[in-house]
Amino acid sequence: MNRIDKRFATLKSQGRKALIPYITAGDPAPSHTVDFLHACVEAGADVIELGVPFSDPMADGPVIQKACERALKHGTRLVDVLDMVVDFRQRDSETPVVLMGYLNPIERMGYDDFARRAQASGVDGVLVVDMPPEEIDENAALFDEHGLQSIFLLAPTTSDARAATICGHGQGYLYYVSLKGVTGAATLDAAAVGEQLDRLRRLTDLPLCVGFGIRDGASAAAIGQVADGVIVGTVLVNQIAERADDPASIPAALQSILGEMREALDREAVS
Amino acid sequence: MSRFFDLTQLPDARGHFGPYGGRFVSETLSFALEELENIYASLKDNPEFQAEFDDDLKHYVGRPSPLYHADRWSRQIGGAQIWLKREDLNHTGAHKVNNTIGQALLAKKSGKPRVIAETGAGQHGVATATVAARLGLKCEIYMGAEDVERQKLNVYRMHLLGAKVVPVESGSRTLKDAMNEALRDWVTNVDDTFYIIGTVAGPHPYPMLVRDFSSVIGREARRQSLEQIGRLPDALVACVGGGSNAMGLFYPFVEDDEVAMVGVEAGGEGVATGRHAAPLTANAPRGVLHGNRTYLMSDEGGQVADTHSVSAGLDYPGVGPEHALWKDVGRVTYVAANDDDVLAAFRELTRVEGIMPALESAHALAHARELAAEMRPDQHIVVNLSGRGDKDIHTVAKIDGIEF
Repeated sequence: MNRIDKRFATLKSQGRKALIPYITAGDPAPSHTVDFLHACVEAGADVIELGVPFSDPMADGPVIQKACERALKHGTRLVDVLDMVVDFRQRDSETPVVLMGYLNPIERMGYDDFARRAQASGVDGVLVVDMPPEEIDENAALFDEHGLQSIFLLAPTTSDARAATICGHGQGYLYYVSLKGVTGAATLDAAAVGEQLDRLRRLTDLPLCVGFGIRDGASAAAIGQVADGVIVGTVLVNQIAERADDPASIPAALQSILGEMREALDREAVS
Repeated sequence: MSRFFDLTQLPDARGHFGPYGGRFVSETLSFALEELENIYASLKDNPEFQAEFDDDLKHYVGRPSPLYHADRWSRQIGGAQIWLKREDLNHTGAHKVNNTIGQALLAKKSGKPRVIAETGAGQHGVATATVAARLGLKCEIYMGAEDVERQKLNVYRMHLLGAKVVPVESGSRTLKDAMNEALRDWVTNVDDTFYIIGTVAGPHPYPMLVRDFSSVIGREARRQSLEQIGRLPDALVACVGGGSNAMGLFYPFVEDDEVAMVGVEAGGEGVATGRHAAPLTANAPRGVLHGNRTYLMSDEGGQVADTHSVSAGLDYPGVGPEHALWKDVGRVTYVAANDDDVLAAFRELTRVEGIMPALESAHALAHARELAAEMRPDQHIVVNLSGRGDKDIHTVAKIDGIEF
C-alpha cells in the first residue's frame, strides 16, 4: 500500500486528523530543507508537501513567490529536490512525501524520466497545480505505474460535473482550496467549508484535506472538525522568510506552530 | 504533418492545437474559463453580437484600416512591392483594440463590472482602459515595473483613461510577470472580474477568441489585396511576441497555399547570444506557462528564461500555441530580427514614408526589407504595421543619447 493511503488509514482508525505542512524546497538554502522536514515530522506532521520552486508560481501569493525566489537564487532544481527526498528517506521511511509545484520543470525533465526518478527517490504523490485532470492524460497511468499518486485540487467554484471528474481521477487525498485567491490570502469560514465538503463526500471516499487560510491552532481545529486534514503553508514559509539569516532557529519555529496545531487537532479529536 | 490537421478547424474541444494549447490552470480558475467558453460559444455565431462588434469596429475603431502601398520605400529597396496594413491608424494606435472591443462585449454580456489586463508595451493596456472607460467598467492594468519605466507615455494614457496601473516587481519585471499577477488577481476576484488577455496565448478559450477577434485584420487585407493588387499577395509578414497581430493577419489566408507567411520574432541582441525573445526561431523546448503548452524559453531545470528585446511588447518567453503548430506543420516560417536592424527599419520607414512604426511592428519591417530585396518588382508583400511608434519615442531618444 502507498504510504499516503496507509497514513490516512491509520489516522482514520485512530480518529485523528492529518496535519500536512508545506515548505518550499531550497528555501532559504538547499542544505536546510531535509532538517526542516524532519523537524516537521517530529512536531506531528502526517504528510509532507514539498514545494518544487518555479520561476512563475501563478497560483501563489507573495510569501511563496518569495520562497521560490530564495530557492532559485541557490539554483534549486527538480533534480535537487529529488535528492533531498532521497536524503530524507535515510532517516524516515514512513512519512509520505508529496511534491507540489508547477508543470514546466516536470515537462522539461520528461514525464518518463520524472516518474522513474521520483519513485526511486521515495516520492509518494504529485500535486501539479497547473495540471488539472483534463490535461494529465496518459501521465496518470505513468505516475500510477511508478507508485506516484496524483493529488488534485478542488475549489469552492468547482462545478458538480467537474468535481465528479476530479474525484474520479484523484488518489491519496483531495486538496480543497478553501478560499478564492492565491496562497496566503485572508481568513476562512469553517462552517461554509464544511458544507462544501459535505457536497464532495457524496462523490468520493478519498480523504478531504483543506488548505489556504490555516494560520494557528484555532483555525486548524475548526477545519479539523469538518475535514480529514489541514494543510498549512504560508505561516511556515513566513517563519522561514523571517529567519532566513538565522536558519538554525527555523526548525524550532516550525515546530512551535505545528506543535500547537497538532495539539489543537488531537484535542478536538478526543473531545 | 499538415495533412493530419485541418488548420481551419482548430482548436479541438479541449483547446488543443495538435500537441499545443490546452488549459493548464489551477482548479481555482477552471470555473471562470468554463464560464467564458460558454459565453463565447453562445455568442460566436449570433448575428446580433457580430453586428454589434462590426459596428464598434467601424464607428469607434475606424475600420477598415487602409492597405497602403509603400511605393517610395519599395522603389528604394528595389524588389517586391511592400503594402502596409495600417493597424497604426486604429483608435488607440494599434491592432490590440480589435480584440479588446470583442472581449469588452463579452465582459458586458457576462455582467461583470470590473476588467483587468496585462500589458507589455502598454498598447493592450491602453486599448483595455479605453473600452473600459467607454463601458463604465472599473479597470486595473498589470504592467512589469521595467515596462512601466520604458513606456511612461502609455502609463499616463491609461491613468488619464481612469485605469489603475499596477507595476509588477516580481521576476523579470516584464510582460510574463504582469500576466502572472493578472492571473493572481483574477483567481482572487473571479466573481466580479473579467480578464481581457491581450494575445493569442493563455488558457483555452483565449487563444481562440483573441484570434477570432483579431482576424478582422486578415479578412480586410485579403479583400483589399484582391481590390488593390488584383490578386492575393505573395507573402505576409508580421511580428510575433505572443502573436496576436500575426495571427489576425495570417488566419484568413491559412488555406491560400500560394501566400507565404513569415512571423518575425524579437531577436534582441541575436538569437545566438541567448539574449532574445524568439522561442520559435531558437527552437526552444516544449513547455507549459500561463495555461498553455507551447515553445517556451526555459533552462534545463524548467525555469522560465529571462528574455531581451528593445520592444516591450515582444518581450515574452512563450508564443501562442497556434503559431507553435503552424511552425511544426510548416505553414508559417518564423525568423527573428535583431534590435539593431529593428531600429534601422524604424528610422527608415519614418524618413522614407513619413510613418513612424511601433518598435514591435518594426521587426516585421526589418524582415520585409530583406525579403523584398530578394523578390521581383511584380511581387507583393503585405506587412502588418501593427501599431504606431509614438510610444517608443522615449526609447529611441534614449538610444540616441537624448533625455526629455
